[in-house]
Amino acid sequence: MNVVLARTESGRAMEGLFTASRDRLPGTARVSEIRRQAFEAYERAGLPHRRIEEWKYTDLRVLMREVRPLAEKPDVSALRRAAAALKPVAIEGAAKLVLVDGVFAAELSDKVPPGASMTTLREALESGAGELLATAATDAMISLNAALATDGLVIEIADGTRLAAPLQIMHIATVASASAFTRSRVRIGNGARVTLVENFVAAEGAKSYQAHDAVLLSLGDQAELTLARLMTDSVDAANVTSAMFDLGAKAKFDLFNVTAGGAVSRYQGFVTLAGEGSELNVNGVNLLNGSQHGDTTLLIDHAVPHCTSREVFRAVIDDRAHSVFQGRIIVRPGAQKTDGKMMTRALLLSDEAEADNKPELEIFADDVTCGHGATAGALDENLLFYLRARGLPERAAQALLIQAFVGEAIEGIADDDLRDVVMAAAERWLEART
Amino acid sequence: MMALLEVKDLQVRVEDREILHGLSLTVNRGEVHAIMGPNGSGKSTLSHVIAGKPGYEVTGGEILFDGQDLLEMEPDERAAKGVFLAFQYPVEIPGVTTWNFLHAALNAQRKARGEAEMSSPAFLKKVREVAKSLNVPQDMLKRGVNVGFSGGEKKRNEVLQMALFEPSLCILDEMDSGLDIDALRIAADGVNALRSPDRAMVVITHYQRLLNYIVPDFVHVMSRGRVVTSGGKELALELEESGYAQFEDA
Ligand SMILES: Nc1ncnc2c1ncn2[C@@H]1O[C@H](COP(=O)(O)OP(=O)(O)OP(=O)(O)O)[C@@H](O)[C@H]1O
Ligand SMILES: [Mg+2]
Repeated sequence: MNVVLARTESGRAMEGLFTASRDRLPGTARVSEIRRQAFEAYERAGLPHRRIEEWKYTDLRVLMREVRPLAEKPDVSALRRAAAALKPVAIEGAAKLVLVDGVFAAELSDKVPPGASMTTLREALESGAGELLATAATDAMISLNAALATDGLVIEIADGTRLAAPLQIMHIATVASASAFTRSRVRIGNGARVTLVENFVAAEGAKSYQAHDAVLLSLGDQAELTLARLMTDSVDAANVTSAMFDLGAKAKFDLFNVTAGGAVSRYQGFVTLAGEGSELNVNGVNLLNGSQHGDTTLLIDHAVPHCTSREVFRAVIDDRAHSVFQGRIIVRPGAQKTDGKMMTRALLLSDEAEADNKPELEIFADDVTCGHGATAGALDENLLFYLRARGLPERAAQALLIQAFVGEAIEGIADDDLRDVVMAAAERWLEART
Repeated sequence: MMALLEVKDLQVRVEDREILHGLSLTVNRGEVHAIMGPNGSGKSTLSHVIAGKPGYEVTGGEILFDGQDLLEMEPDERAAKGVFLAFQYPVEIPGVTTWNFLHAALNAQRKARGEAEMSSPAFLKKVREVAKSLNVPQDMLKRGVNVGFSGGEKKRNEVLQMALFEPSLCILDEMDSGLDIDALRIAADGVNALRSPDRAMVVITHYQRLLNYIVPDFVHVMSRGRVVTSGGKELALELEESGYAQFEDA
């Protein structure tokens, strides 16, 4: 059968890709062995497809078809183009940490502020830190990332550190038809307070590339993290990011994800609430048009009692685009007084736009408050008419209402500057549309 | 001289039901017309069709604005050309600040007319002046459009927009409903300040009281989707006495 044949062929191609890339993959012999095992785990499963429940709306065999070969190390021209591409999204005052085509670019990066320390994944793997390639979550794309990660950031924030300005991790693609595999680990110490911004952007000349990223992030007790992830990859690119978050006790984590780029994208987050009294707020915004496919999938594991989680997903979908939100909340036995809620709202701007929403609650404790809700619809005709009756052309009237819809998702960002940065990403999308 | 607004034998359907059955109305620049009539007689329907609200099917007749076919124009084109409707029920738009909305709308109209856009400082100055003259508190401008506004505040916001956009045709659909006595006087003063030989007003109301403040040149009575009688300002007083019963079987 066709499917089997395709699978075998892409499997063979992958094998070749792994072997050919070996000399590009940093690490000691022990690290190489971990990579080999990770690759085998990937190979057993292959690219995720619709018959795998977690991937049922995002069939990578159809949407992505194949994994592109690793990008070459960036040359002078690539770095120059990357420098130009990061300028418009660089946040004033933030410490920029730049990865170009999957390789840390020291010349484009800033020093990390006091209280933070950083090495590159490459350096860490060269000195044998194989544990950086391991995760509790199992998924073919996470395994593939472990097998092929070329570089990334290993950041430690010391206990009690309060960073005044954000750390900004910028992934910049300059290549055509190639992949970047990055993996980063950020450990935030007890009582530390951090704002982290992640950008994915395309430089001039970048085309049909793939960004494969993994993030391992842990928050100590009473630590506070605001994370804004702005994915504005080019509309012919693919982005597959897996993020593993572990929260200690009385930690506070606010996550804002904006997916506004990529032909195909999947942002899958795995959050473990491992210490009591923690608070998690997730706001996801998908802004999609053309034939874009954007998938945000979140698994929240309430492992202990007295934690709160809030998820608000918003999608603005135009043309033939397809938005997917999957939210799964697990409440472990004994995780009493869990308060977990999830809400999805989709704004459909065309008849062919598609929104899939899959909430799942798995509750094994009896004294909990959990729930989910979803709405999907077009813009309110009455509001549109009011705006148009005041002189706003149709597109501009729509833009105001879409901005308001998106704005609700990000008004929870306490920091004014950061809120502006996130809103600006949404506004650029709207302007491109008008 | 060409009429500013000419409604000729207008027939309008909503969801397969005819609401306006051949309505005619001519409004010249400089004139103030009042339209009165029982609930459900089609006053708001007429105002919506003039403003270009979707959902109404015009099955007969025409509307000319300055001699141009109004029904061919998009709602935003009509606004830019000077048509303004102060809504009977203004909608709430959460997440869009009044200030932002007014600035965007004013500039969209100016752009459509080929005029230069107004900068933020110039706009701020202008909107503050207008708000002050209408006794609209500044903090209303920072809130979402009409969100959490009282009924009267919503109406004041409509008059504020009218004063800001300086349209040539102002249609006021029950601007007096929900306004307290002081607010009514201030709003009416605002409307009167806009009266000019270049501009016309169509004031839809149920109450003679408003017409003491905004004195009309003509009063029309609508019943069952038609103008059934027209007269001078004294007609409103007569109606106050006699009610609409005499027109019900018309
Ligand atoms: N969208 C609609 N669907 C069905 N019927 C409608 C619709 N809009 C208006 N109508 C009907 O058309 C008729 C005229 O309504 P309209 O609102 O124009 O009256 P009005 O004269 O403004 O009344 P009021 O004085 O109460 O404001 C009413 O019978 C109303 O029920
Ligand atoms: Mg009415």
